[in-house]
Amino acid sequence: MGPFLLRRAAGLLATLFAVSLVVFAAMNILPGDPALTILGLDAPEEALEALRLQLGLNEPAPQRYLTWVWGALQGDFGMSQSFGVPVSGLIAERLPMTVVLALSAMGATLILALLMGVFAAANHRGPGDWGVMFLSQIGVATPAFWLSILLVLLFAVTLRWLPPGGFPGWEDPLAAARALVLPTAALALVQSAVLARVVRSSMLEAMRLDYARTARAAGLSRRRVLWRHVLPNALVPIVTIVGMQFAGVVTGAIVIENVFYLPGLGRLIFQSIANRDLPTVQALVMLFAVIVVMANFLVDVAYALIDPRLRGRM
Amino acid sequence: MSLALAPGRRRLPVNFRIGAALVALVVGAALLSVVWTPHPPAAMNIPGKFAPASFEHWLGTDQLGRDLVSQLMAAAANSMAVALVAVLIGGSLGVLLGVSAAALGGWWEDVAMRLADLGFAFPALLFAILLAAALGPSLTNAVLAIAFINIPVFARVSRAAAHQVWTQDYVMAARAAGLGRFAITRDHVLPNIAAPVIVQATIEFAVAILAEAALSYLGLGAQPPAQSWGRMLAEAQTLIYLAPQLAIWPGLCIMAAVIGFGLLGDALRDMTDPRLSRER
Repeated sequence: MGPFLLRRAAGLLATLFAVSLVVFAAMNILPGDPALTILGLDAPEEALEALRLQLGLNEPAPQRYLTWVWGALQGDFGMSQSFGVPVSGLIAERLPMTVVLALSAMGATLILALLMGVFAAANHRGPGDWGVMFLSQIGVATPAFWLSILLVLLFAVTLRWLPPGGFPGWEDPLAAARALVLPTAALALVQSAVLARVVRSSMLEAMRLDYARTARAAGLSRRRVLWRHVLPNALVPIVTIVGMQFAGVVTGAIVIENVFYLPGLGRLIFQSIANRDLPTVQALVMLFAVIVVMANFLVDVAYALIDPRLRGRM
Repeated sequence: MSLALAPGRRRLPVNFRIGAALVALVVGAALLSVVWTPHPPAAMNIPGKFAPASFEHWLGTDQLGRDLVSQLMAAAANSMAVALVAVLIGGSLGVLLGVSAAALGGWWEDVAMRLADLGFAFPALLFAILLAAALGPSLTNAVLAIAFINIPVFARVSRAAAHQVWTQDYVMAARAAGLGRFAITRDHVLPNIAAPVIVQATIEFAVAILAEAALSYLGLGAQPPAQSWGRMLAEAQTLIYLAPQLAIWPGLCIMAAVIGFGLLGDALRDMTDPRLSRER
């Protein structure tokens, strides 16, 4: 396990380094003069010069990159150009929203996908199986933001059970939870469509193996065999997809926060784009990319923990 | 559903027929919109706003009295164009990385695949956000972002397929006959990996349509007056209490297009590579 972990960790560092280079280059080299991008074409030269000085734009690019990375490693992402406060403070303020949304959506995705996938596998070639497969085909093709609009149409506009958007704050937990029901459902329904298929097919594969038949022959109930014996052995492909799905849920949260006007990091990114707040966008894109890369890394490690045979090959 | 093609009675698989029909519908509407739409898509008629479906306006009109069917058709053309260009760019670069990695091996293979993997670290949305913040939001940037995430996908598929070709006897023979790596790649590898690459392209087409819709919905893709299903949904959302019907049709179009290309891709994969046609 040691050498394997070390090799994966080295790969992780190399990827993070490359990612940081791409993000830095996109925000600092692509626009030509970032100060001009932030202040607009008709900004007076003195204001531009002052901003260049403040952002350190007169330094050579490699030095600016190192300054940025060194600061970011210590949690210092510079000053937000539109809010006039440190970016790290903005992130800390809005992080809980995004974390809660992503985790609740991930949890709901797992529960839904396992129920649908196992149900479909148990009813293989039956109407239940076809029903789940049909729903998942629809789910894969449905944009989460459109599903959100449809859910709002049904549960907020027509039935008036839930709020159509906005967030009341964490002080009132019940109201906060109500505001999160539709966003979570929209994300989870779409994401679980992909996962349910993977659960189903890896369950079918594991069900064919001898031990499943033996367990049935030994008198265990069908349900017990499915959940206690087949499912654990079907986990390897499921875990891989769950890792990729986590990335999907996190970027999905960016979209969904904007659909429902939830004050999280995804909403902050779009406010920052509209305000041409380059330091904030740079910090947030880097943060999300790190989350995605880390999720992939953890999947690889989990993979090796579940199935020791794979360690040598990775 | 592997409907084995029985000798004598060759029937195309169900998913192929449904997929092809949906694709024909969407692509047909998109192509037709270039020369004809029931009304000019951008023609406003404020007194006739929010008209219900009628013989004149098959699906009614929107908040500016524009004909919905015409807008949906114009949006289809934009969506297809974005997906086509993005998949072509991403596919060519990805295949270039993939086949060169397989042909040259060694350090280049490592570097090429690491480069390709970089695309996995950036979901299309993040890359589009980067470009939009740096250069301003535009359809071109959305195309680039979608193309970028296609690179690693095609690099992996084409490298795996190319490696398989390189182990074949006829490639051995070609090498023994003195053919170089470039010539072998051109004459033997590329023609033989065409099938899996085309299958992947069909599936990625569906992914690209979804991505374009999301980016346009968020304001990072098609800019007014260019029409897009995603942008139509963004506008409809602000009118959800007034005209909920406007939020239905663009979404259905996205779904039809994505399901169509998805099913077609699955069916083509089953038909071109029987080994891959798993129990589904």
